[in-house]
Amino acid sequence: MIEQKWRPNLFELAKKPSLFTSGHRLCSGCAAGTIVRMVMMALPNPERTIIANATGCLEVASTIFPYTAWKLPWIHNAFENAAATASGIEAAFKALKRKGLWKKDIPDIIAFGGDGGTYDIGLQALSGAIERGHDFTWILYDNEAYMNTGIQRSGSTPFAAATTTSPAGKVIPGKMEWKKPIGFIIAAHMNAYVATANPYYWQDLMKKVRKAVLYKGPSFLHVISTCDRGWRFDPSQSMIVSKLATDTCLHPLWEFDPETRTYSLTDRSLYIAKHPDQKLPVERYLETQGRFRHLFKPKRRDDLIKEIQERVDKEWEYLLKLTGFS
Amino acid sequence: MTVEQIDILLNGDEAAAWAAKDVHVDVVAAYPITPQTIVVEKFSEFVADGIVQTEFVSVESEHSALSACVGAAAAGARAFTATAANGLQLMNEILYIASSLRQPIVMAIANRAPSGPINIHNDHTDAMNVRDAGWIMFFAENTQEVYDTIIQAYKIAEDPNVLLPVMVCYDGFLISHTAERIKVFKDPKDVAEFLGGPRKIPKIELMGKEVELSLNPENPLPLTFGPLDLYDYYFEHKRQQSEAMQHAYAVIEKVNEEYAKFSGRKYGNGRVVPYRLDDAEIAIVLMGSTAGTARYVIDELRDEGIKIGELRVRSFRPFPYMDLERYLKNVKVVGVFDRAQDQGMQGGPLFLETRAALYDLASHPKVVNFVFGLGGRDMSPELLRTTMDELIAIKEGKKPVFNRKYIGVRE
Repeated sequence: MIEQKWRPNLFELAKKPSLFTSGHRLCSGCAAGTIVRMVMMALPNPERTIIANATGCLEVASTIFPYTAWKLPWIHNAFENAAATASGIEAAFKALKRKGLWKKDIPDIIAFGGDGGTYDIGLQALSGAIERGHDFTWILYDNEAYMNTGIQRSGSTPFAAATTTSPAGKVIPGKMEWKKPIGFIIAAHMNAYVATANPYYWQDLMKKVRKAVLYKGPSFLHVISTCDRGWRFDPSQSMIVSKLATDTCLHPLWEFDPETRTYSLTDRSLYIAKHPDQKLPVERYLETQGRFRHLFKPKRRDDLIKEIQERVDKEWEYLLKLTGFS
Repeated sequence: MTVEQIDILLNGDEAAAWAAKDVHVDVVAAYPITPQTIVVEKFSEFVADGIVQTEFVSVESEHSALSACVGAAAAGARAFTATAANGLQLMNEILYIASSLRQPIVMAIANRAPSGPINIHNDHTDAMNVRDAGWIMFFAENTQEVYDTIIQAYKIAEDPNVLLPVMVCYDGFLISHTAERIKVFKDPKDVAEFLGGPRKIPKIELMGKEVELSLNPENPLPLTFGPLDLYDYYFEHKRQQSEAMQHAYAVIEKVNEEYAKFSGRKYGNGRVVPYRLDDAEIAIVLMGSTAGTARYVIDELRDEGIKIGELRVRSFRPFPYMDLERYLKNVKVVGVFDRAQDQGMQGGPLFLETRAALYDLASHPKVVNFVFGLGGRDMSPELLRTTMDELIAIKEGKKPVFNRKYIGVRE
């Protein structure tokens, strides 16, 4: 059982120096910046933490030479290899420590990847790094498409969402495949601490970050990261849309403990499991975003909305079974 | 005074692993591919037997092998990897990143013909495909040179005026799997001393603070590696990288001299190795293990009174154009041997660069090209002799009817 007693406290957090500075060029309303700041505040050892970042929005918007938003050692190598880069950093410090060339504790290593760098092009390197058991924490900020290159479909794009490569056309209404269950795929390696998180439920997110970093071995945090440009909503609504992702059970909050091999629900999702009437219909989430507009206009597509609701219900039931609720 | 050495029987792959052991690299990240496999197997044994304290990362692909080396080197470690052919092609993206991030990684390449069709035997096409990736590239002639060059490579790569990754290429199977008696240093401490101890990471002054060029969390200012670099700075950074490659010419020569004092072995001026060129009218230019076979034929021809010699290119990158000018300025005919495919070019890569190097000479020799040995096709002394007869005929006035001729292939 992984123990973690730290609880983020706003008074304490307000005193922490910002390790991801303002002035980065992420879009207004982008949740990735919010998530990174939360991650930085939850680090157990900020004085010895190194960041590896896959190519993507976060990387390009935070390090336009000669500027950088990062106040920690940071490296971007390529798109598909942040996990391999992190493996190399960890290996370096292990060897240097063994040789007496590094006297302090081995730094904590955090890797940030978007959904492209995690679900698709980066999956092989990530699976390899997890299989090898490197002590690092992968943080997936999942904005559900290739936003950096202009909103193209990824393995994470949800069913029926319109993207520039899965447009809602006259015949095909957006992406016709379901989102890859990345958390379960990583959990299936059986040696990683895995959790999902949502920046609206910030305390849950920060506790999970702390737990993930302190866990001796690989950890994986799947954070839903709204993108107002790609999802088509007003930038002021970021956290409201984030909240609905969890409240409709499209992005439930859970964690997997590899030591006990148990899944548990956390925070809002635990509450919903105990109070099923609090589970909101998916429509409440879908209607907030332009990427699903074709489900409502010009003609309401009850068939597709129903299909999504049934799928979400089925996955939620599966999760309830895994976590001992049914 | 050279340091104490012992004789040992090793093949080229084992010699590469042995050199990495004697350098006592911090991190090896590698993925197996024929004919490089023995490098990783041998090094795994050193790790399993506790002979080294190296962290061995048995990655899931060559792409990740080099990616992990970039992470390790940026963290301050001495990193080593090895590959061949398709593996090198898979690394291609990261080759450019490693050199632009100026990480002094050393990689052994057991040269193999790239797919397709799939083939496991030697030619240089794999390395030629990545010749513009910003790596220093050595081609070793034999097992001894593989060992020596990998040790030298760290000193060259880590020179503060260079800071570039180095590839040490050697012919797959012909060298990688052929056991030879070589000399290795008896005490790896001597190698450490030659390299000046553990890796020294250069420091720069940044915003009034002295900062080590690494991911070291103890740095007074944390560094960002691999930022987005657009039209306002990219060009200057690429120019700096090209200048670093220019600095490598002198550093290669200096390290070759230092290594000669240390080991008693010297490879020409480090960049090229001339043979019987002083009064030569005909010269051949080539790389890799064929150079030894060619010298045997050259000696025969010399006995017959033919003034012929050889210039072996050891550092293909940086390309030793000034040495080619110097050694070939008085010859009348040059035959360049490319063990690499020429696709839609005027000839093989070594030929094109040799010819370009001689263009500025007041009177330049005739330069012709032979493409040979693709996919491991044997290059025998007899076959070499027929090509040299061709060069003799050209010298005697026969008009060359070709820029490039395929040698040892069915018509």
